[in-house]
Amino acid sequence: MDFRLTDDQLALRRGMRELLAARFGREALREAVEAPGIDRVLWRALGEAGLFSLRADEEEGGAGAGLPEAVLLFEEAGRALLPGPLVASHLAGGTGLVPGAADGTAVVTAVDAAPGAGAVAGDGVLVEHLPSADAVLVVRDGGEPVDVVAPGAPAAVPVRSLDPLSPLHRVAEGTLPASTPAGGAACGRSADGGSADGGLADGRSANEWSGNGAARGTSVRGRASGGVSAGVLRREAALLTAAQQLGSAARTVEMAVAHAREREQFGRPIGSFQAVQHLCARMLVRTETARSAVYAAAVTADETETCAAKLLADEAATANARDCLQVHGGMGFTWEADVHLHLKRAWLRAAQWRTDVEAEERLAAALRCPIPR
Amino acid sequence: MELARTAEEEEFRARLRGWLAGVLPTLPPRPDPLDWPARRAWDMDWQRRLYDAGYAGLHWPVDAGGQGATPTQHLIFLEETETAGAPYVGAGFVGLLHAGPTIAAEGSAEQRARWLPPILRGEHVWCQGFSEPDAGSDLASLRTRAVRDGDTYVVTGSKIWTSHAEVADWCELLVRTDPEAPRHRGITWLALPMDAPGVTVRPLRTLAGSREFAEVFLDEVRVPVANRVGEENDGWRVTMVTLSFERGTAFAGEVVACHRTLRLLARRAQENGRWGDPVLRRRLGRLSAEFTALWRLTQWNVSEATHALRRGGTGVPGVGGSVFKLRYSHARQELYEAAAQVLGPGALDLAEEWARERLSSLSYTVAAGTSEIQHTLVAERLLGLPKGR
Repeated sequence: MDFRLTDDQLALRRGMRELLAARFGREALREAVEAPGIDRVLWRALGEAGLFSLRADEEEGGAGAGLPEAVLLFEEAGRALLPGPLVASHLAGGTGLVPGAADGTAVVTAVDAAPGAGAVAGDGVLVEHLPSADAVLVVRDGGEPVDVVAPGAPAAVPVRSLDPLSPLHRVAEGTLPASTPAGGAACGRSADGGSADGGLADGRSANEWSGNGAARGTSVRGRASGGVSAGVLRREAALLTAAQQLGSAARTVEMAVAHAREREQFGRPIGSFQAVQHLCARMLVRTETARSAVYAAAVTADETETCAAKLLADEAATANARDCLQVHGGMGFTWEADVHLHLKRAWLRAAQWRTDVEAEERLAAALRCPIPR
Repeated sequence: MELARTAEEEEFRARLRGWLAGVLPTLPPRPDPLDWPARRAWDMDWQRRLYDAGYAGLHWPVDAGGQGATPTQHLIFLEETETAGAPYVGAGFVGLLHAGPTIAAEGSAEQRARWLPPILRGEHVWCQGFSEPDAGSDLASLRTRAVRDGDTYVVTGSKIWTSHAEVADWCELLVRTDPEAPRHRGITWLALPMDAPGVTVRPLRTLAGSREFAEVFLDEVRVPVANRVGEENDGWRVTMVTLSFERGTAFAGEVVACHRTLRLLARRAQENGRWGDPVLRRRLGRLSAEFTALWRLTQWNVSEATHALRRGGTGVPGVGGSVFKLRYSHARQELYEAAAQVLGPGALDLAEEWARERLSSLSYTVAAGTSEIQHTLVAERLLGLPKGR
């Protein structure tokens, strides 16, 4: 496996970093904190830059690029704390599930409705940026189709979101469309599975739900939905989320190191004290270990490697943000410093698309298979 | 970033797999782990088989007696041998992974021809004479003196933690040749024959009960100047070459072996019922992520070294090896802690290999540069934090 970035990959990453520096610098970030939501102008600029269309077929206006390229762009998004349902919009754009997603004219969010996603009965499912979205992907698991519904369709209650940049709503699982084969393309889960998941618990059939959905808003069903497997989308969502975690982890190392070089106590920079040096060194070790796992999973597109990538990137982002806070001392506990924004988003992403429970259990289950090459 | 796999490499893999399937069942039974002379003989027997089959010194340059294989082929070799449960370097560790690569990189043509073939053929065991009682983490403060007398050095001092000293033929030795110079600039690298008059080896017992390392006392030992690798007083730089091999890729094979152990742990836990414990299951799952990432990190380090080599560099792994070493040494200890959980009361029975490995793993965060030294290296060299006191 060759980990070096090609010239094209380097250019792609540089382009996204420059775009975000120009369009979503620190001032824009702090404005977004006070007024969370989606900046539609920025969203279209991201679309033009290929963030959502990168992997779409070239004849459909995409770049025909692969997961490694997408991972590099999402790493940049993670560094910049770019808010919005980036992963769902990218997946909707790349698959053609939602018209307009690829070029950034439509904002798409998603609900992870797979059993074993970490929620227990009664938790409901959290969905980000619902009021700004034009469509919602409902993603289960395995070979099931991905449903696309209107944002008004699921019964949703706003949540006081931990992350000021990510508005959240809680959706009752029973109000999601039930597991149904779409156009006969899906293998579908048994009624038992659906029942255990709460999908059919209230006794309504899928058709009844569709009726309810139509009453609340129009169900948007992309032309490709019948052919897209939920298992693949969940894996890709986990990987791209991990890429954002990686970007955040790398950024908090830089922030901690910059502060440790500047800030003086006892007449010298605190970065010359071993206690602080070793905190920073551990941050880098976490980041680079996670980077190996994320980049490798991007190349192999392997399920088990993706679980490893998500697990290690979650760890790197959350633990690094906490160490970064520690290095910043009292400043790290303030609203003014950006550290808390990294930590809160890292916690949010850790709860999305492969929580630690799910990733660890999947990795354990795979232990009887040969190590991936 | 791409999955580059050539037909040549896959053919290499297939051929190796075939050879392993044939040779492994013919190996004699493994000796008592505490019997080092027997272990030496067994490890050297394996090395000889590798040599005869054309797998010894696989990635060493051809002019160093190696096969000139690509680093990727070397990784395939490590992957396949460990997956098949083949022996690891054992007593050949220092010769094959430290001293040998250092001589290949820094030695003269004559020195390479003299020392490298016996290492590859499994005839010579090397040990490492770096640390001293008063020079551990602060290696550059070493005091073993070498005084020039015509075409020999007269060496007096003592070394400690010298692995395999009891069964070694040669020692890669660091000595002080200029006590007046700044401490990094007065050190010289010598190849010391262990049977030279004045060399006394006093074995030390590890906490695992093994006489695996020793103290080495040197009393006016005469070492020919021809045994010096690199220039006089340039030994620190030569040493850094060895240390970066040690931290960079020398543990690559072990990472694959750890993942194999993890799968065996999962099987054992399923057999004894502990697999039903979700805490244990998740612990093993997380370790699987850990070793998967470490294997990829190794591949990354190797591919960086390969490309540096093509650009005319040395192919010596960089300080990035510290990142790997820190994470791996911790993960290995955690692996055998998890093994103890799988074994239950069996963890107290030294007849269990994993109970013994749990003890051996304790050296990993100390040997080859303690974790604390590595953290400081990462902070100052990679992150550019100001030097501490």
